[in-house]
Amino acid sequence: MFKKFISFWAANEKIITLIAFAIALVYPLIFSGRYYIDLAIMCLVYSLLSLSLNFITGYCGIVVLGQAGFYGIGAYTSAILLTRFGWSFVVTALVAVAVSFLFGLIIGLPTLRVSGKYLSIVTLGFGEIMRIIELNAIGLTGGPFGIKNIPHPDIFGIVLKTPVSKYYLILALLAISIIAVENLTNSRAGNAWFAIKGDEIAAQSIGINTHKYKLMAFAISAALAGLAGAFFASYVNYIDSTSFTFETSILILSMTIMGGLGSIPGSILGSIFYTVLPEVLRFVAEYRQIVYGGTIILAIMFKPDGILGGFNLRQIRLFENLERQKAARGEEA
Amino acid sequence: MFFQQLANGLAIGSIYSLAAVGYSMVYGVLGLINFANNAFMIGGAYLLILFFVWKGLPLWITVILAAVLCGVGAMIMEGVSLRYIRNIGSSDISALICTVGYSTVIINLEILIFGSQTNPVPSLFHFDMITIGNVMLDPMQLIILGMAVIMMIILSYITYRTKTGVAMRAISQNTQAAYLMGIKVNNIINLTFFIGTVCTAVAGIMIGTYYGAVDTGMAFSIGIKTFAAAVLGGIGSLPGAMVGGIVVGIIETFIVSYVSAGYRDAIAFIILIVVLVVRPSGLFGKKPIMKV
Repeated sequence: MFKKFISFWAANEKIITLIAFAIALVYPLIFSGRYYIDLAIMCLVYSLLSLSLNFITGYCGIVVLGQAGFYGIGAYTSAILLTRFGWSFVVTALVAVAVSFLFGLIIGLPTLRVSGKYLSIVTLGFGEIMRIIELNAIGLTGGPFGIKNIPHPDIFGIVLKTPVSKYYLILALLAISIIAVENLTNSRAGNAWFAIKGDEIAAQSIGINTHKYKLMAFAISAALAGLAGAFFASYVNYIDSTSFTFETSILILSMTIMGGLGSIPGSILGSIFYTVLPEVLRFVAEYRQIVYGGTIILAIMFKPDGILGGFNLRQIRLFENLERQKAARGEEA
Repeated sequence: MFFQQLANGLAIGSIYSLAAVGYSMVYGVLGLINFANNAFMIGGAYLLILFFVWKGLPLWITVILAAVLCGVGAMIMEGVSLRYIRNIGSSDISALICTVGYSTVIINLEILIFGSQTNPVPSLFHFDMITIGNVMLDPMQLIILGMAVIMMIILSYITYRTKTGVAMRAISQNTQAAYLMGIKVNNIINLTFFIGTVCTAVAGIMIGTYYGAVDTGMAFSIGIKTFAAAVLGGIGSLPGAMVGGIVVGIIETFIVSYVSAGYRDAIAFIILIVVLVVRPSGLFGKKPIMKV
């Protein structure tokens, strides 16, 4: 049943993607309540974060436990520039992306030589250091008081005040990011990342500069998380270090795993699962968090590789085309 | 001042060592970072409140009961979920997410029973301060240190002198080969979770009494440091966890008294990252052999 659905999806990937995008476009018209819009915006923000993590974990095989660090860098960079210098959102978001990218390079340059799980632990340490700096550098980040009164995002002079307009902004940012990631992974670099994920030593032996490509993926992943941070700061108008903790990093990782490593629709499904689940569980009142944890355990036991894990739509499509051709040839003979 | 801080650092460091052992032992046999370890750690402190304060049981029974209950909890987690995920041949990362799920469940159970406020933990012993030169020693610190040392000796005995310990070390070197030698791999892994979590729970009890309070926020703030300690010493290595804990404890107290309280955890992590970059396997860990 599920296999059939996947093969149907693989055969009609473009149409299904368009339908999903169309649904996302008309969503605010159907569910116009503030609550539903805010929920959808958080789904999209987490989708972007999950996408950023999927880029490094799913395509390159590096498990990052400190993605919230880059998310925080993006949010604080944008918030500081918006509140202190009054720059336009478009500029501050670009600067936030650039700063996150730079941090990715700086952190990645010495640490990406460390292998496997130790690298995950290094990123965990990095995430914690960022949180502690955000909490203590009061002059820059407001420390425990955070940064208040962050202006609404504005696109070339048009201020996006309503939640619906912000919804379309993050939808556009996510769509652009997905197209960028899709193109990157289908490029020559994408093949290199795929090889590195398969076997790093084998990749080295065929002349791939693994350190360069890993660094590239790490920095791009950081930049995407920074973009999510820049939007988040303008969306909630107030940030402090509690939004960028280790728990956030783990939440993003859980979303990526639950959706399926290396799958972009998976990242989005995982984010929706983790964002909507606590809301659905409101009826169990004080047992909510316990049921939430239990659901995670059961879900990961039921499908350890995530909802769409292990399914490469492009590969399935190619394979099925091949089967069909074989069958056709069989008939001729 | 220097020796005073050294004494404080040793006391808190010995607690970190015990909790780090929980991480390290599980990592040794499964290569898994067990994020539920933090939840079990403060679980020990909460059970102390439950049995000692609420039910009025004698202290020694309380400590044993709390430690064993936490250990059994970890055994259930391993036996029910982690073994299942392992058997269907999934990646380590799914198991890691599973432990995160357990951590969520346990911590929220604790909140449900004990409330989310900070719960006071009574001081278990009443002694006068001991003064040696100009160093003031709280007997509490000495008891913590003594208990940690005793636990470490028992643990070392189990790991290095018993058949079970040999089996554990065999599994951590090569699970397949251990299996072929007739070791009941699943049982030993289960037992390792038990032993590791017992140490963690005892550490939690000590943390509760040392700070005189427990709340679920400590699961993270202290748990992450004990994890750093395990990595610093070389995760998967028992002496490494012990030394790593002491080092983190001493560094932390010195930074608080000489540099700044706010940045103490940041500096611990910077040292951790530097150690990992320079010597990825930690201070005591064996360098992994690269095979093609």
